[in-house]
Parts: sequence; structure tokens; C-alpha cells
Amino acid sequence: MKNKLSILLTAVILLLIYTGVRLMESGGVLLPYHVQILSLCCINVILVVSLNLINGFTGQFSIGHAGFFAIGAYLSAYLTVKLQVPFVPALICGGILAGITGLAVGLPALRLRGDYLAIATLGFGEIIRVIILNTNAVGGARGFSGIPKYTTFGLAYLTAIITVVAIRNFVSSDYGRACLAVREDEIAAASLGVNSTYFKVLAFSLGAFFAGTAGALFSHYLQYMAPTPSQIGFLKSIDILIMLVLGGLGSITGSIVAAVVLTVLPEFLRGFAEYRMVIYPILLIAVMIYRPAGLLAGREFSLDSLLNLFKGARTRVDHS
Amino acid sequence: MSTTAELMVNNLSVQFGGLKAVDQVSFALQPQSLAGLIGPNGAGKTTVFNALTGLCPVTGGEISFNSERLTNEPPHAIARCGIARTFQNIRLFKNLTVLDNLRIAYHKNRQYSLLCGLFRSPRFRREEAQITAKAKDVLALVDLADKADHLAGSLPYGEQRRVEIARALMLDPKLLLLDEPAAGMNPQETTALLELIRRLRDELQITILLIEHDMKLVMNLCEKLFVLDYGHLIATGDPKSIQSNRRVVEAYLGGNLA
Repeated sequence: MKNKLSILLTAVILLLIYTGVRLMESGGVLLPYHVQILSLCCINVILVVSLNLINGFTGQFSIGHAGFFAIGAYLSAYLTVKLQVPFVPALICGGILAGITGLAVGLPALRLRGDYLAIATLGFGEIIRVIILNTNAVGGARGFSGIPKYTTFGLAYLTAIITVVAIRNFVSSDYGRACLAVREDEIAAASLGVNSTYFKVLAFSLGAFFAGTAGALFSHYLQYMAPTPSQIGFLKSIDILIMLVLGGLGSITGSIVAAVVLTVLPEFLRGFAEYRMVIYPILLIAVMIYRPAGLLAGREFSLDSLLNLFKGARTRVDHS
Repeated sequence: MSTTAELMVNNLSVQFGGLKAVDQVSFALQPQSLAGLIGPNGAGKTTVFNALTGLCPVTGGEISFNSERLTNEPPHAIARCGIARTFQNIRLFKNLTVLDNLRIAYHKNRQYSLLCGLFRSPRFRREEAQITAKAKDVLALVDLADKADHLAGSLPYGEQRRVEIARALMLDPKLLLLDEPAAGMNPQETTALLELIRRLRDELQITILLIEHDMKLVMNLCEKLFVLDYGHLIATGDPKSIQSNRRVVEAYLGGNLA
């Protein structure tokens, strides 16, 4: 009963946020620029939450997430521009190809641990970028331009919600528990019948799939893709990683908060112009000193706990 | 007699480079027996456990369980065959709750598919409720029902050992391997553990093989003992005959004393 109530409440709040944004947009309170930033927030939420599944919940330190993002971005753009495929199927195809690549890369790479895995995934990300750089069909070094603007705030918002719900459900199922077991102690997990390779690769491919959909949303949002390190290379991967660590490994709520804050913050800092890239890193250092486990430190925010808190307060009042 | 054995170990050898940690060890366990594996430090007891559960490569010999060949199978496949174990240095998932530690171990019996999990289908909800109920039952069996929501790492040592046993029991094992279950326990806890192990065998009708240095516990509990020394099996028998076995006394106290 309480469970149903909190689901309903969550749905209402999400719908209110959406209508709120649309109303403010049509009322002129939010400029198209603001709505763009909000769409970008949604895309980054998808990226960070999906990386959390790999790095946070399964404990496999990957820094090649931008590679999967790039695959989704370029494949979907190729499909819509060159083959006139409608956007949603193109987006799903982008996700699927990224997921399959995740499977192919994960099988050999996930034999490695810790630093070695990090280096291998970093290398993978750069391979993808260099392949794209040398593929003429997607513009090569000139970049891929003329991508139609299909990504709307509503679509990005919906995809982000689906991603968050799917990953949250995954993590709280037996599949997710097996991933947690692999993270905590691989030997103990194996002695309990958990095939650690299978679950590492599963989490990796699932994370890659969602990163691919984020890429598709991104290329149809920016309308231009350039094969530069900051857009689809290791700098992008590091950006996602920073958001993840700042929000807290293993906390979905933390990922969402950090993705939104770190997408909006640089925009606010535009006013400080040349000090922007000084203030931003200082904020990161400060958070890491005072909240070393991230903003949410592995905890989750849920309406259930809020309702319980409320109920607890009420019963306390009744007693007094 | 050997035809009814549940676990058969034949000339098992484990070699690390030039070191033979386990050398040509053979023994058999009858269903629902309670046996002990003892020996001085470094005799190769834990290595035998690791070989049985697939955690270290077997370099010679054979292991079969209910006439299924298990030699060099991966650990997760062996767990699925019905062999569960605990570890000498406790390997709980310390950052997870006690209940989650147990629920993870239901893994091999989970029926619902990945899609059911992603969409929280009715089947998923039904099965998750079953898993939680079962985990709570098993926790009650080791008298830890009130600790379900505690983080496993925050429990005192003796309780962590019992959580680890409970977690192994979630696999519905036919054979339970306990690696020094009484290590670090005080005399009261050890007595309680002795009662628990006996109760588990009787109520769940499982086979138990344990490694232990606490001779009082071993002699009181086990029906049969296997003694290892420098990787060799030097004696097999009931506790009484082991106590008076000359080679065993030599192994423990040194040759010239006996």
C-alpha cells in the first residue's frame, strides 16, 4: 500500500516537473537556452547513472564510457541522416550497438582488475574515437554536421526516467545483488554460485547500452558531432567520472544530483569568465575533502523514507 | 561402503610450483556424516577445501560429489552442485546488511528473468518476497533474526561467523565445509557453536566437514577425523583412535617426544 503510494507520488512529482518546465517555457520564464541546459542535464543523468552501474555497483573501474556514448551518437546520427530512419528506432539501435560493443570489449577487458582495467577501458575509448576520426561516412575529422534536431526536453527527460528506473530495479533484483557481491568479494561471490565474469559483462553491457542512448540524444541535441577528446574522447569520460565520484559511487540519487549540479554549475560560472576554470576545480577539491565518499555517500533518497520520517514525526506528536 | 559415499576424493594433489601443498590425499564422506579435517599449521587443510570448492587448481587426482566429477570445475559451478563453505578469514560482504548477505546466496535458485527484474513483474515481487522470507528463516536458525538490518561488518566476530554459516545455508547445500568455525570465539560461544553445528546436521540432514584447531570441539563433535601433515593424509578414524594414534601425536608434538 505504502509502496503504491510512493510510486504514485513519484509519478506525480515527475509529471509536475515536466509541466512546470513546459509552462515556464511557454510563459517566457525559461529561455530556449535554459531548456537546452535542462536537456543536457537529462543526458548527463543517463551517462552518470549508467556508469554508476559499472563503477559503483559492480566495482569495475571503467573510464571509457565516452566510447559507448560516441557509438550511440554516431550510429543514430548516421541512421537518421543517411538512411532517414525515425529518431526513436535510431536511438534504440545506437544503444544496442553500444551494448554489443560493451559485450565484445567486456569479455576480454574484464579479466583485468583495478588500474589495469581502467587503462584498458581508457584505451578502448580512444580506439573508438580514432575509428570515428578516420571514417569518412560520418564526416571523419571534419565532424558530423547537419544532424536534425530531434532531441526535445520531453524525450530526454523520459529517457532519463526510464534509465534511472531500470537501473534502480536492476540493482535491487537478484542480478544486481550478484553484481554487489562481485564488487564486495569476488571469491565469496563465486563460492555462493555467482559467475563473476557473467555479471561483470552483464553490468558493463547494460551500462554501455544506456550510454549509447545518451549519445543518440546528444548528437540530435547538438546537431554536430566532432571527434575531439572533449566531446567523445577521454576528457568526456573523465567528465562523467567526476560527476559519478562527486555524487558518490553506488548511489543513484547521488549520480542524479551530481549530474544536474555539474551541468548547471559551469553555466552559472560563465559570469566569472576567466575564473570559471579555477572556481570549478576548487569546488571539486572542497567536496572531495569534506565529503570523500561523495555528496550522498552511497545512500539513497526515497519518498518512502521521507514518508516514514513524516509518519514518525506525527506519531511523536501524538505521544506528547 | 564406498559406493554409498557422497564425496569421494581420490589421490588429490595440489602443487604450487615446487611445493606440494596436498599430496595424494584420498578420503570419502558418507551422507549426513560429521567429519573433521585436522592437522598442524601449514598441513594443507585449507588447500584441500580450496581444491574441493574450485578456488585453487587441482594438479592431480579426482574429486567427485554424488558421482559427479568436480575436479577443476569453476567455483560457482561447484556451489551450484550443492557444496557450500565458509572461510578461515571471514569473507562476508561487509558493507551490505546481514539480510542482503543471505539474499545474495539465494542466487542459484532464482527463477525470474532479467526482464522480470527490470520491470518488477508480479513474478519478481512474488519471488523476492519468498527470498526475504527464506533469508529470515535461516537467520532465525542461527539465532540472528534481530540482526537482519545490521551491516555485516559491524557485528562482533562470533556473530559474523554465524552469519557466514547462515549465508552458506541459503544455498541449500548437501555438503557444508566449515573452515575454522570456532576461531576467535570464547568458550561459551564455542559451546553454542557445537550445539548449532550438531543441530544443523540433524535438522537439515546435511553432511558437514570442518577444519578446526579447538580439539575439545573436534573430539566432541566429529564422528570421523582425517589428519593431514605436510600435505599427506597420515591417519583416518574416529576421535578415540586418532587420539592414541602414534603418527598423529608425533605430527602434533614432534617425533622425539612420542
